[in-house]
Amino acid sequence: MALDTGRPARPVHRDSLGTGLPYRAGRQPPRKGGEFWWWIFMRVSGILLLVLAVGHVLIMHVFGGGVDRVNFGFVAVRWQNPFWQTWDWLMLSLALLHGINGLRTITLDYVRRPGLRTTVNGAWMITGLVLFALGTIVVFTFNACRWPDISQALRIALHC
Amino acid sequence: MAQRRIARLRRERGSLYRGHEGQWSWIAHRVTGAAIILFLFAHVVDTALVGWGPSAYNRVVAVYHNPFIRLLELGLVAAVIYHALNGVRIMVIDFWPKASDFNRQLIYGTVGLFVAGMIPITYLIVKPIVVKYF
Repeated sequence: MALDTGRPARPVHRDSLGTGLPYRAGRQPPRKGGEFWWWIFMRVSGILLLVLAVGHVLIMHVFGGGVDRVNFGFVAVRWQNPFWQTWDWLMLSLALLHGINGLRTITLDYVRRPGLRTTVNGAWMITGLVLFALGTIVVFTFNACRWPDISQALRIALHC
Repeated sequence: MAQRRIARLRRERGSLYRGHEGQWSWIAHRVTGAAIILFLFAHVVDTALVGWGPSAYNRVVAVYHNPFIRLLELGLVAAVIYHALNGVRIMVIDFWPKASDFNRQLIYGTVGLFVAGMIPITYLIVKPIVVKYF
């Protein structure tokens, strides 16, 4: 991830009001380089997250009783299914990349000092890497059966 | 007729951005996006606690069952739905630039869909809280 895009530290601000310039809503997309690929990524991951994240929110928080039913047993049964493991891992990866690239864009807009910019964006990147590693390990190595204090009913449900 | 109005608006203020609906939708997109990713940082950690066993996970997930936190949850769901719908609007303009001329209408359409979606969602999230605590 490029920390500095070559955008000027103090951007020249052009007023789009009343100038008669043929400005259109939004920004022009970047034409080439890393920023172009991030631009593409934000749209592709956005479409995928439209299904993954909105679906996740509706399934876990809105329908079927909401968060009241979520506990250790619920997650244990859910993650026995590779479909939900894949869903959650894909959502984790895309949401972290999409979200942290968003934070990078915001940082580039508001943090002007070059050294501080690099520090702040580096902190987002490290946070993302740590959480990606943590989430990946837990999603794929989680084994509910190794806990002695789970209920007999859950033990049967999980075929321990 | 519409063509002349668009030509006049473009002459007067470019193809609209600052100080109009476009700017408010941009601010809302930014605020909801930042809120969602900052929540995600915490959410990855609390979910990862399943790896530390039932007592650790059930203790942390009990926070989400708190009625006040449930109202924040409603805010989170609203943020995700708005960000998703507004993201679709942004992509419509990206890949069909002519839609830029109808940005204002598209924004009101987005907000309309958002409100229409949030009515049943609010009902479904708030109802169990009311049933449980009142």
